[in-house]
Amino acid sequence: MVWKITDETFETITEEVILSIDGISLRAPQGQSLLMAARHHGFDIPTLCHHSDLPSEGNCRLCLVEIGEHPRTRLVNSCTYPVEAGLLVQTASEKVLQGRRMVLELLLARCPKAKIVQDLAAQMGIYESRFKTDDPEELCILCGLCVRACREVVGVSAISMAHRTPGKLVATPFLEAAEACIGCGSCAFICPTGVIPYTEKDGVRTIWGRDFPLQPCNVCGNFIAPTAQLEHWAKITGDPVEHYFVCKDCR
Amino acid sequence: MDQERLDTILSRYEGDAADLIPVLQDIQDQYSYLPKDELKVVAQKLNVPLTRIFSVATFYKMFSLIPKGRHQIRVCLGTTCHLRGGPRLMESFSHRLGVEPGYTTKDMQFSLETVGCLGSCAQAPVAMIDDKYFGRLATDKVPKILKLYKN
Amino acid sequence: MPKFESLDHLREYRRQLLARRDPQQLQVLVCAGPGCLPMGSEEVAAAFKEELQAKGLEGKVLLKESGCQGLCARAVRVILRPREICYQQVTPEDVPEIVEATLMNGQVVDRLIYEAPLTGSKIAHKSEIPFYRGQQPIVLRKLDVIDPESLDDYLAMGGYRGLRKILTEMTPEAVIDAVERSGLRGRGGGGFPTGRKWRVCHEAEGEVKFIICNGDEGDPGAFMDRAVMEGDPHAVIEGMLIGAYAIGARKGYIYVRHEYPLAVKRLQLAIGQARQFGLLGSNIMRSGFGFDLKIARGAGAFVCGEETALIHSIEGFIGEPSPRPPYPAQAGLWGLPTVINNVETWANVPEIINLGPEWFAAIGTENSKGTKVFSLVGAVNQTGLVEVPMGTTLRQIIFELGGGIRQDHEFKAVQTGGPSGGCIPKEFLDLPVDYDSLQSVGSIMGSGGMIVMDHTSCMVDVARYFLSFLFEESCGKCTPCREGLRQMLFLLDEIIHGRGEEAHLALMEELCAAMADASLCGLGQSAANPVLSTLKYFRQEYETHIRDKKCPALVCRPLLKYSIDPETCTGCLACVRECPVGAITGLKKQPQELDQELCIKCGLCFESCQFEAVKVE
Repeated sequence: MVWKITDETFETITEEVILSIDGISLRAPQGQSLLMAARHHGFDIPTLCHHSDLPSEGNCRLCLVEIGEHPRTRLVNSCTYPVEAGLLVQTASEKVLQGRRMVLELLLARCPKAKIVQDLAAQMGIYESRFKTDDPEELCILCGLCVRACREVVGVSAISMAHRTPGKLVATPFLEAAEACIGCGSCAFICPTGVIPYTEKDGVRTIWGRDFPLQPCNVCGNFIAPTAQLEHWAKITGDPVEHYFVCKDCR
Repeated sequence: MDQERLDTILSRYEGDAADLIPVLQDIQDQYSYLPKDELKVVAQKLNVPLTRIFSVATFYKMFSLIPKGRHQIRVCLGTTCHLRGGPRLMESFSHRLGVEPGYTTKDMQFSLETVGCLGSCAQAPVAMIDDKYFGRLATDKVPKILKLYKN
Repeated sequence: MPKFESLDHLREYRRQLLARRDPQQLQVLVCAGPGCLPMGSEEVAAAFKEELQAKGLEGKVLLKESGCQGLCARAVRVILRPREICYQQVTPEDVPEIVEATLMNGQVVDRLIYEAPLTGSKIAHKSEIPFYRGQQPIVLRKLDVIDPESLDDYLAMGGYRGLRKILTEMTPEAVIDAVERSGLRGRGGGGFPTGRKWRVCHEAEGEVKFIICNGDEGDPGAFMDRAVMEGDPHAVIEGMLIGAYAIGARKGYIYVRHEYPLAVKRLQLAIGQARQFGLLGSNIMRSGFGFDLKIARGAGAFVCGEETALIHSIEGFIGEPSPRPPYPAQAGLWGLPTVINNVETWANVPEIINLGPEWFAAIGTENSKGTKVFSLVGAVNQTGLVEVPMGTTLRQIIFELGGGIRQDHEFKAVQTGGPSGGCIPKEFLDLPVDYDSLQSVGSIMGSGGMIVMDHTSCMVDVARYFLSFLFEESCGKCTPCREGLRQMLFLLDEIIHGRGEEAHLALMEELCAAMADASLCGLGQSAANPVLSTLKYFRQEYETHIRDKKCPALVCRPLLKYSIDPETCTGCLACVRECPVGAITGLKKQPQELDQELCIKCGLCFESCQFEAVKVE
């Protein structure tokens, strides 16, 4: 049995299972997540914390689907649940829609100004939350994409989740300038609500409390990326660092 | 930083990332908090990112990033204690010591905390000072008990 | 003591041990369980030691500090064996009299024996005390007999006989089969069939497997696991040895809350003894089977009682649960097949092996076999730990064993299952208690906390209490639990502060349903139970808070008003000293005045007044 749920399991696992999504019988490779199987066949399931390059954690609970046979059904998050032979899946049952609406209404109360939350909520007919907003400026939905991108893709783990429910937040160690950060900005680019602040001015990128000088291309002089990031690349690939001091266009 | 003191703790473990929580517990027990410099050494020795240490240190209730007092007062706010005067007991301690729960007195003698349940529910309300339990603790007994621990 | 070199060696050792022991040996067992320890059992034990010495009885009378003796309400407890005379509320000052009268002259000290709450009749012998008479102890059987720090005591009670039995005559499959046939279900909350869990893990692919004992007893109001770990640690170890043999694990962990320092100490000691005598380690008693155990101390997170979170904690991460599947029995610790059972479940296993699955399955109800330990606390006369067959009614537990409601008050509700459970009203007092019946009335078995409430408890406050507990303890990973708890707590706070609206109740119900359906783990899925059950059975109380801005139980502070009756106030100034905000003023020996503006309604004045001059409404 394969327990690692990935989005690209077509090549590694050839065995297929047949399952039913919204009453339609279809095939999916074993080990694939319900979300990917459903999307592959054109079913629309909204997500906030899912990214195809990152392992799924099931944080936002927007991708809920209902599985099983009446009356013994339950909601699971489709991004982590693997396809199973004979599984009955509903992507838009009343229970699913109720759960999804509530998740969006709760997120809207948390981050009333987050555009993506507003849009998704509007799609479900929710324009205002009945719940209380603590901080009208809050934008972080705690989806954890930034933390995962930094850890899994960039490989430096400069930020993490800290504390639990009442004060949970994305943070650098001790809330100080992050020593491990290479200034790549992946966290800010992947953030669905644009809450991670970073600036670029006069050849310097500022993010997570640190200034990162940007490296100009040895040929054209345009800024490529923070020098620290290029050095990090050189370190993990073993290539000489100068190799990265020439931009893509000039290579 | 007292390198020797930290090495003594680290030497009890094999240096696996999985030892992180026991190592932090030992540091917490001995130092009464998790000093930042020590945590940086732990990160290196166990080969875990500092972010992971910070998230662990802020997730679990037993860890503190600021020094705690000489005596830990834990007032139980389990269900039975809640129903039988736990919150008032908490206030009484808080009032006598002049600190809110979660904080330490200025003279560093006492840290005041609440705890989910100490498991002595039949004797509610209960408090624990260091490793000693006190049961059926009416608020009028608080000054007497504190006196036992003052210097 | 020797290291057991063979399975026969263990049997022979036990035989000799029993032959050496005099069944008529006088023993004093001072309870050092969770209920008696805070009431001074160490001092009582020290007094016995001194007195026995002084009377030259050292060596003639055995003094032990035992595990929980059950009836915690009357702490400190002492039981004298072999006559099984129970003394209660013993202080060090009582000790000389006990030694003189009972140990030296065989007389019972009347003033220290049990007195029935209603009739006032006095009973000396354990077997005749109603609290014990209605029980059927399996897990608690040894707690008031053995010294928890003595392996010999455990062996003398038949300890490690189950281990010997499986290693001599049973295959792993046969062990799993026996546990399946016994009908044992997980005692930690979920009630999943233990045998089935073991079978899945046994059949999972892979050479390396783990077993874990979940001793992260976090439900406020439950302390049976603490009592078992402190009072009979070898039973947990033996249960785990049997489980390890069945599923093919060579390594196990006991995860214990750090708030239970004595449990950690006793388990450490017991593991050390078991290793020393060859009951843990490689090639145990030359059987070819090897298994060893490690203790993992919890670091203070209720959510780690959830099995995937507990696993992450052992691995050195934060205790965030993972979506299942995979289930731990398929991919658990370090991604390898792992069985997790809680303390009480493990402690049942040796007895099931010893006495047979049929014996166990004959106890209890159709779908819930065996017994269950409950911690009966709150507004009952006789608080303590009770172990009764599944199917015993709430009325039997609360009124027969528990001796009814304290101060003759009326029963209002019983809360079972901790923060995941619900409040059960009096119309269900005759409900036979098992996994399914509790669920049918909107609560759960949970780990067995049973908190009895009378009219002094406000059900809105109780719901708010559990919600605020869960809000503090939720890991914050998934949206419905994290944000749902935040909003639910806010709505309850509004009600408690007199700002509630009728529409809030419907919104809360809607939120409850979504949290139950959409949360990731059991914590969030069941977090709504305290609210739903109180809304269902005590809706009127919510409505009184909302419409009349009154708390009928006089609990919700913002809705209370304190005042000082000038007629009865003596001006002793006790309240003035207690008041944290200086709201009470007046001259000594003159009636005091309470400033309503300053008053924070903490009630400390009310508590400190000896003359009932402080009034509350």
